[in-house]
Amino acid sequence: MVQDLGYLKESASQTAGPYVHIGLTPNFADIKGVYPVDLGTSMVNDKTRGERITLTGRVIDGSGTPLKDALIEIWQADADGLYNSPSETRGSADPHFTGWGRCPCDLVSGEYRFETIKPGRVPFRDGRLMAPHISFWIVARGINLGLNTRLYFGDEEAANAEDPILARIEHRVRVPTLIAQRDGSTYHFDIHLQGEKETVFFDL
Amino acid sequence: MTDLSNKKPETGAFFPRDRNLHPPAFTPTYKTSVLRSPQKALLSLDGTKSEITGPVFGHSILGELDNDLIHNFAKPGESAIGERIIVHGRVLDERGRPVPGALVEFWQANAGGRYRHKKESYLAALDPNFGGCGRTITDENGYYAFRTIKPGPYPWPNGVNDWRPAHIHFSIFGHGFSQRLITQMYFEGDPMIWKCPIVLTIPDRKAIEQLVAVLDWSATIPMDARAYKFDIVLRGRRSTLFENRMEGN
Repeated sequence: MVQDLGYLKESASQTAGPYVHIGLTPNFADIKGVYPVDLGTSMVNDKTRGERITLTGRVIDGSGTPLKDALIEIWQADADGLYNSPSETRGSADPHFTGWGRCPCDLVSGEYRFETIKPGRVPFRDGRLMAPHISFWIVARGINLGLNTRLYFGDEEAANAEDPILARIEHRVRVPTLIAQRDGSTYHFDIHLQGEKETVFFDL
Repeated sequence: MTDLSNKKPETGAFFPRDRNLHPPAFTPTYKTSVLRSPQKALLSLDGTKSEITGPVFGHSILGELDNDLIHNFAKPGESAIGERIIVHGRVLDERGRPVPGALVEFWQANAGGRYRHKKESYLAALDPNFGGCGRTITDENGYYAFRTIKPGPYPWPNGVNDWRPAHIHFSIFGHGFSQRLITQMYFEGDPMIWKCPIVLTIPDRKAIEQLVAVLDWSATIPMDARAYKFDIVLRGRRSTLFENRMEGN
């Protein structure tokens, strides 16, 4: 016998289920008076630095039907590429920007919407700059373990071309599944869970 | 958001997820997963700044009754109906270290198995004094606790006669966005656990047992509430001993 490493095992994931809103966005679920506001509803205030943008889209299943019970969280750097996190060691992020948002998809249309800012570039592990991106985490009924993906920006062609993560996608026809299309100050980003247009998801 | 002052920032990447103990995406006996499961392989990515950082929440977001589901939706002087319980435990990482400052959110059905949600149509009655949501933040030792009523099992349209075991949903933030976890807590001795298609999406029996809270007689308050202990383990993170200077810098 040899020594035991002594590591614990991560708790197994389970689906968030159809009533995830009760716990994570109770006001959205019409459970009023418990929390003053739902967490993650507002990412910016009028002092936040950076270009204001809107992100919108839907989460679509393998039959082409939008999910009406999904919940999305996003995490992103500020306009200078700094994260509002104790694990950020390169400097202090904009105190007027949380970097984190949470949005339930609309119960009728399935649309999500975030009012945020366009993030600055963040270095990859070897120091090269990644293209501006926003991390997405998607949970819903029928999703057993939250899905991780990234939104990149359609008007950042040069940066996207040198992004070390996008470069790792072997099947180049799948790269566009991570690129949001600009329309004014709005970026459209649909997430396809399954099928021909399946979004690239990450094992982080 | 706040910082955990006087703590050395943790900047290591997380241990790779052991996907043999998590449920796979495609689990056809849980029917909804069939059209909601990616079919292509995941792209593996060792954590960058984008994954090893994450939001941290300060106690200022918490209201006085946020961890008391018996009272946080009840009318003044009233309380929710059901078996009064305390659920408590620690949030640890895979290295066995406590995770302080972790936001833990939870939600559940009432004592009769009815959720307070407009898309829920089970004929069991709502409890006018029970909302079903709560949250807390772990202390410096990773401890959390809340008070609630034990949820009831409820039927759901999957198989012809499928019922969920009594359970409480948990959502946990560690310190990095890739530690983010949603899971469910079950109750010791419940025979429904081993019949449930959602529980059985987890391929590893030990991993299922890790989600079953144990009756904690020592923490039970006589003449008031019984207690269940439920520890949660998040991904561990590597030390950064040899990661603080990049080649050529």
